[in-house]
Amino acid sequence: MSAPDLSITLAGIRMKNPVMVASGTFGYGPEYADLVDLSQLGAMVVKGISTEPWQGNQTPRTVEVASGLINAIGLQNPGAEGFLQTYLPFLRNYDVPVIVNIWGRTVEEYAAVAARLSAAEGIAALELNVSCPNIKEGSKSFGSNADMFRRVIAATRAVTKLPLIPKLAPDVFRIAEFARLAEAEGADALAIANSVPAMAIDIETRRPKLANITGGLSGPAIRPIAVRLVWEAAKAVQIPIIGMGGIYTAADAVEFFIAGASAVAVGTANFLEPATPLTVAAGLRDYLARHQLGSVRELVGTLAC
Amino acid sequence: MQLETASILEHRDYGSGYRLLRLAAPQIAPQVQPGQFVHLRVPRLEASVLRRPFSIFRAENGVVTLLYKAVGHGTSVLSAATSGEPVSLIGPLGNGFPLDLPAGRVPVLVAGGYGMAALYLVARRLAVPGLVFVGGRSAPDILCVEDFEALGWQVHVATEDGSRGVRGWVTVPLDAWLAEGRAGRTPEFYACGPNSMLEVIGQRALAHDWRAWLSVDRHMGCGVGACLTCVVKLKDADGTWLWARSCKEGPVFESRQIHWDRAEEEA
Repeated sequence: MSAPDLSITLAGIRMKNPVMVASGTFGYGPEYADLVDLSQLGAMVVKGISTEPWQGNQTPRTVEVASGLINAIGLQNPGAEGFLQTYLPFLRNYDVPVIVNIWGRTVEEYAAVAARLSAAEGIAALELNVSCPNIKEGSKSFGSNADMFRRVIAATRAVTKLPLIPKLAPDVFRIAEFARLAEAEGADALAIANSVPAMAIDIETRRPKLANITGGLSGPAIRPIAVRLVWEAAKAVQIPIIGMGGIYTAADAVEFFIAGASAVAVGTANFLEPATPLTVAAGLRDYLARHQLGSVRELVGTLAC
Repeated sequence: MQLETASILEHRDYGSGYRLLRLAAPQIAPQVQPGQFVHLRVPRLEASVLRRPFSIFRAENGVVTLLYKAVGHGTSVLSAATSGEPVSLIGPLGNGFPLDLPAGRVPVLVAGGYGMAALYLVARRLAVPGLVFVGGRSAPDILCVEDFEALGWQVHVATEDGSRGVRGWVTVPLDAWLAEGRAGRTPEFYACGPNSMLEVIGQRALAHDWRAWLSVDRHMGCGVGACLTCVVKLKDADGTWLWARSCKEGPVFESRQIHWDRAEEEA
């Protein structure tokens, strides 16, 4: 039997393999380019971009906890123009689809940044950050309020032909409901899930360990939560799902595919081992071969129960 | 910057709770500039999702040497690593200290605690010897004095309990030297230690319009500029501030660049 085919087409985007990097964990490209060949990634998902540059939160911004990291960076970013001038030309030197995560404080800001980025050459898709737990000015409600969620997807859908990938909040009552809403509003794929609202306290000073008090938990601690969310959403929609949450090994990734993800993203693991997306892809190929599967598609949504 | 699997050559007590870790890292070692650091994955540190940054004490003949104190869970686990064990490093990272000392200036190193180790390569690589002022809580906290003296540097020690050198903070002998006229020479400061010490050294320099290169110590995440955990405020042209990544644009900043912020120092 020939070697398994890792390539996929997701929301019309051709990828060499189904292992992407998660937004916020791989910067804008140059940060890890000396250590990892960006052309070997399934897709490069850059850190969240807004219309204007944004300073984000005060420090401390992250805290390590058992099997996880709580972050409250607060979406610091160079703004759409800064990204287009400084980083997109760099990324275009690599043979990798560039997916830009976008966010706004209002529906209008989402539409504005989507429209601006859509006018540029070299962007494969937009990931809609409707669920960052670290922005106080309303962004939170986009991910957990059905009406706001629908409006922000509709507003961005109206201004761009690029594939739209809403990134869903993990802390909603029924994720299937949000998955269906996104599909109905014209989303091309779903990213599941964002980090989980969390906090940590210094018991000596009784102060929060983050300046923002609360943040989003990522890493192995949330993986079983994310697997279940992917499984619930996959049953509800036809559009493909990008699964993420604490993926460190190929075995972790395989769980997401079986649960119904068509692709996966590696996030927090990049901080420990920057080449994790590549080792996950290699291990995935071995798994497929061992199970006599010719492609990732044959694995997606194959939970036996 | 490279990812290298180094091998432990030697790992031993250095006294006062400090540990000396010598790593065979033939790719990283020759690239190291004074003030740079490595991001180390602590072997067998279960349930941990981050590397740990370590300033570099020495780098020569393909060997990177670290000097650290077991202060937290990560460094405690690292203490148990033994010779021959592989250790993953990313490095060298950060900008390091500039070594283009203007003619006629005397280099003055100011260290707090194990900040001393991070300054050794500055002394080693500068063409002319200068002065070292080092402060610590007690005599055992004063490290590496002989290493600097062997390079011809004059070392002034201060301890808070007076058990070695003069009693008080590192500013006591430093201010005395400044008051005595500093032999008529203009100092160029290189400092590494607690943020409160760095701010004070920065103030001394600013008062005379001297330069002070300060290596800031920030809680760190990825180490390569991606996660934006270790940001520090720098002064902006219009009187406001902007973030800089201490792992990338830093950890060394000239004191005039830094926007000191009391709340930030708690970090």
